Amino acid sequence: MVHQLVSRWTYNAWNSCYLRVVDATALPSRPSRSLHRFANPGRFLRLARVVQPWLTWPALLVLAVGLVWGLFLSPADWQQGDSVRIMYIHVPAAWLASAGYVSLAVASLMSLVWRHPLADLAAGEIGPVGASFTGVCLATGSLWGKPMWGTWWVWDARLTSVLVLFFLYLGHIALMRAFDDPVRGSRAAAILALVGVVNLPIIKFSVDWWNTLHQGNSITLTGAPGMHVDMLWPLLICTVGFTLGFAALVLARTRAAVMERRIRGLLMAQAERA
Amino acid sequence: MTHLPFIAAAYTLGVGVPGLLAVLSWRRLNLAKRRLAAIDPRMSR
Repeated sequence: MVHQLVSRWTYNAWNSCYLRVVDATALPSRPSRSLHRFANPGRFLRLARVVQPWLTWPALLVLAVGLVWGLFLSPADWQQGDSVRIMYIHVPAAWLASAGYVSLAVASLMSLVWRHPLADLAAGEIGPVGASFTGVCLATGSLWGKPMWGTWWVWDARLTSVLVLFFLYLGHIALMRAFDDPVRGSRAAAILALVGVVNLPIIKFSVDWWNTLHQGNSITLTGAPGMHVDMLWPLLICTVGFTLGFAALVLARTRAAVMERRIRGLLMAQAERA
Repeated sequence: MTHLPFIAAAYTLGVGVPGLLAVLSWRRLNLAKRRLAAIDPRMSR
């Protein structure tokens, strides 16, 4: 069944910007209606101010524990020696490169389908953070590859598909800023983000589909982990810490973006009155 | 510790890049808060 959303743009004095008001009676279902509860920037800012410290401080604490454990307390690998400690940075960065892209795609979908005004802003802020973590993943992979493989880079399926992911992030950032009309930029970037989702299964299964120099998955949902528990714990702790940090960064940047939009709206309103 | 330069470089990147992003985000957020408080009196309540 196809639902037609009835909406209009209206100037909202409280938020000092133009908002898309959706006729609640025309909304298709309760889930999408509840999403629009957070379309109000004032409500989002109040909620985000409460959530921000609950992400930031645990992220710092968990990361400190995980990194110290990984760097000084976990054992060296019998084959790789101490270079295995690069794993505690590389694996969380790789996880966040993919998970960040999933969140970017979800925000883009919400922006395209429901025209959620905060989804545009969130997608715009996820892009640079995701690109940074993908860059860290590629760089630390090179730093791990040089002593283990004898080379900084190979055109292996896993490495190449992650490089494509990095370019997708950069393309998204560039498209967001390429148009004078920010709405058109957001829509074009959202379409790119959704098309790029096809790269995620390629990254995941590249080590199974092709004969790659990159090792296979050590941790799976169905099987026992392929590493000792003394290495697994610091890896999981670092992954949780970096994930909380990623969320804290995106939330802080989205808060700033909402405030900047409100400032622009207020200045435009002042200019119109003058 | 074997391969120390590689490990040190990886940890510098792993801590430095998110740390730099955090500092820039914090500064941007504070600037936006100050500018908004200056032009929107409701924000200073």
